[in-house]
Amino acid sequence: MYEIDPSRTDLIEEFDRNPGGPHGAELALAVNRLRLGPMGERFIIVCTRRGREWAVGRMPTARGQPVELLEGLVFDDYAAAAREVFRLRWRAATGRDAASRGRSGSRGTAP
Amino acid sequence: MKTIVGYASAWSVAPGDTLDVKVSTYGKERYTAELVRVVCGDDDPDRGIYREEKVAAPFAGDYPGRTQTMAAGSYVVAPDPEPLRRLAGFTVQAWIFPTTPLAGEQGLIAHWCARSPRGFALIVDGNGALALRTGDGTGDVRETGAGVALAARRWHLVSASFDPETGAVRLHQTTPGTAVEAGHAATAAGRGAYAPVADASAPLLMAALPSEEGGVRRHFNGKIDRPRVTARPLSSDEVVALAWDPAPHEREAALVAGWDFSRDIGRARVADVGFNALHGHTVNLPSRGVKGFNWTGREQSWRHAPEEYGAIHFHDDDHYDAGWETDFSYVVPDDLASGVYAARLGTDDDEWHVTFFVRPPRGAATSRLAFLASTATYMAYANYRWQLREHYAEVAETYWTTLDKGDAFLQEHPEFGLSTYDTHFDGSGVRYSSRLRPVLNMAPKTPLWSFNPDTHILGWLEEKGVGYDVITDEDLHREGAGLLRRYRAVVTGAHPEYHTTRMWDGLRGYLSRGGRLAYLGGNGFIWRCAFSDEMPGVVELRRAEDGIRYRDEEPGEYDLEFTGEHGGLWRRLGMAPQALVGVGTVAVGFDRSGFYRRTPESFDRRVAFVFDGIGDDEPIGDFGFLGGGASGSEIDAADPLLGTPPHALVVASSVGHSADTWLVPDETGFHHSAMDGVQNPRVKADMTFFETPSGGAVFSVGSIAWAGSLPCDGYDNNVARLSENVLRRFLAPEPFAMPE
Repeated sequence: MYEIDPSRTDLIEEFDRNPGGPHGAELALAVNRLRLGPMGERFIIVCTRRGREWAVGRMPTARGQPVELLEGLVFDDYAAAAREVFRLRWRAATGRDAASRGRSGSRGTAP
Repeated sequence: MKTIVGYASAWSVAPGDTLDVKVSTYGKERYTAELVRVVCGDDDPDRGIYREEKVAAPFAGDYPGRTQTMAAGSYVVAPDPEPLRRLAGFTVQAWIFPTTPLAGEQGLIAHWCARSPRGFALIVDGNGALALRTGDGTGDVRETGAGVALAARRWHLVSASFDPETGAVRLHQTTPGTAVEAGHAATAAGRGAYAPVADASAPLLMAALPSEEGGVRRHFNGKIDRPRVTARPLSSDEVVALAWDPAPHEREAALVAGWDFSRDIGRARVADVGFNALHGHTVNLPSRGVKGFNWTGREQSWRHAPEEYGAIHFHDDDHYDAGWETDFSYVVPDDLASGVYAARLGTDDDEWHVTFFVRPPRGAATSRLAFLASTATYMAYANYRWQLREHYAEVAETYWTTLDKGDAFLQEHPEFGLSTYDTHFDGSGVRYSSRLRPVLNMAPKTPLWSFNPDTHILGWLEEKGVGYDVITDEDLHREGAGLLRRYRAVVTGAHPEYHTTRMWDGLRGYLSRGGRLAYLGGNGFIWRCAFSDEMPGVVELRRAEDGIRYRDEEPGEYDLEFTGEHGGLWRRLGMAPQALVGVGTVAVGFDRSGFYRRTPESFDRRVAFVFDGIGDDEPIGDFGFLGGGASGSEIDAADPLLGTPPHALVVASSVGHSADTWLVPDETGFHHSAMDGVQNPRVKADMTFFETPSGGAVFSVGSIAWAGSLPCDGYDNNVARLSENVLRRFLAPEPFAMPE
């Protein structure tokens, strides 16, 4: 099975440039890899105001538990929230930080 | 965070009907209510197309809030089991097929008083083993456990007996062997402290235990078959003989009750074939028509070998009717125009639209056009949770999980029940989905799937001044072609996916009598579903064979319990949608949509009306709110082999589909490396038109995304233009003529 090469920071840059895709072949593999992690504790996006505000959260592991919203990760741009989710999942999958770039429209207010 | 939700007693009402609205608030002491007519429910602020209109209603006002609760989990209740109140010694037994034996204590068969503990309860204990709990009402509660965990998804014969002379309790837990697995048995002995429950109001429960508060808890996940209670301790040989005997009352004179779940499949009723008629009923729709302990595989339908389908499959997250108390009622006035309406409920930080459909007065039409609201489909998708639970949802839909307020609320409230797209906690597929509960995705201002995209069509009709009545799938199911014949034309929603046989026949009957059908959607007429005459407001599915789905159907259980019909895709039933509307689903892709180009057949004079004002080479629908184009999400194509009429014209086909748009499973007998929208020529939507011999016609766009293009540029675009061309002609009195 495909595993992400943590040294391929060029993939992070490619994602940052165009989070909505379509992606190049290697990045498409990496994105699918990041989308196939376990459901529990998956980093996700929560729309808190339609078309205006998105927070990054984390799926709980059990029925009935609330979705956890991560402090400070609220965005007024969907693409910025997607970049953050990509970055968090990259770190979870590879163990390495993936400092994102180009988070235009983001603002660091608490949810 | 959601602080208010609610639902109505019906989705379809006519003038004179009474609608009961049931509301629950969370942390709010007051809420407001008013009536609105829903015109377009898409509230994306960048689009600026949301529209609702206030309508005067007597219920408008301010109300006290309260939290109403729901309880998921199915079980059987046999009320007032009078003979059990006199029980001294006993044996309780059943075949069981536990699916989550290690998920904590679960009730199997219990006549138990929780407040002053007495009676008996056969349970799966906290260690996953069979146990018998007894109590004598003095505070002496004893439990004897088999000590060996039950195996998941294996049939076991379990029994427990109590001897009143000695106080001895004996347990037997047997798993029959198979050709490849050894059988095993466990026995245990102990002492009980038993006195029968004397309270006449205490029912016998199966698959749950009574709670001290008067409800039920400790639901069992799995199947139970041939439960019996006998008024004496039986030997293990007697237990086995009784377990295999379908007529236990003829074998055992001391039989108190012997329930036969193979009777009354499709109903709530549970029949006792013993002497005492301790009939019961199911609660919260467990699954019936399921394979019993003695299923041989020689027959695949419960109708053909009911004696092999004597099990009920219970789930701790089954749900049917929330049963909330009514906050206010609304008598639909005679002069209220047909349309989509909602009781808009508001707290200081949240709102909820209890949405319903007002049809014209019964027996009448108030417009030449009917909008057929896809309520069977809305029900099938009610409270869908794939974004919360489905491992492959992100790669199937090419997205990062993105929840809205309603989704987050559902995650915290598993008791709000599941949709037919979900799996139960025990991993089995969900077959029933009800509207008798708040449905968090059946309202305006919700994500664009199921109900809300249909309001793009309503918004367009309103913008163009095309009058319409609203009727629903449930109305069509009940009234058939007679309902549709009042209309010159019928327009569907964007995704009319689920149809009962009566609905299908109603549409065929309408077309055979000159009706005109405009199918402005995709993935339509795909699955056979069923409604119950006995239990209204719930849809049943069996996802037989193949199709786009998140789960396989259980082998041997492809037949619907409500009707006895074979479930699955209409295509696999020999009645493909191509034979009804010219096109049927070929592909799905949710990242980007394509657009249509005219075909040479579009220049046939038979369809000149369709393209009035549309250029010869003009791309059609290269814009839209669903993937940026009019052809996408789920798309349909013509196929003469599947029944597209030979005189049908494919007047436009779509192009520009993505590498993440894939042929559906029913189009690919053999997966290969060219199944996507970039490589495969079958990945396209066919815009199709044909006339019928009785002067009617069918027009199909074959794309869910089509409706999402209607509102673009103030509803002034070629998708809106073309759609209006079709409707105007369909509403004209001149009959269509079959081509020579």
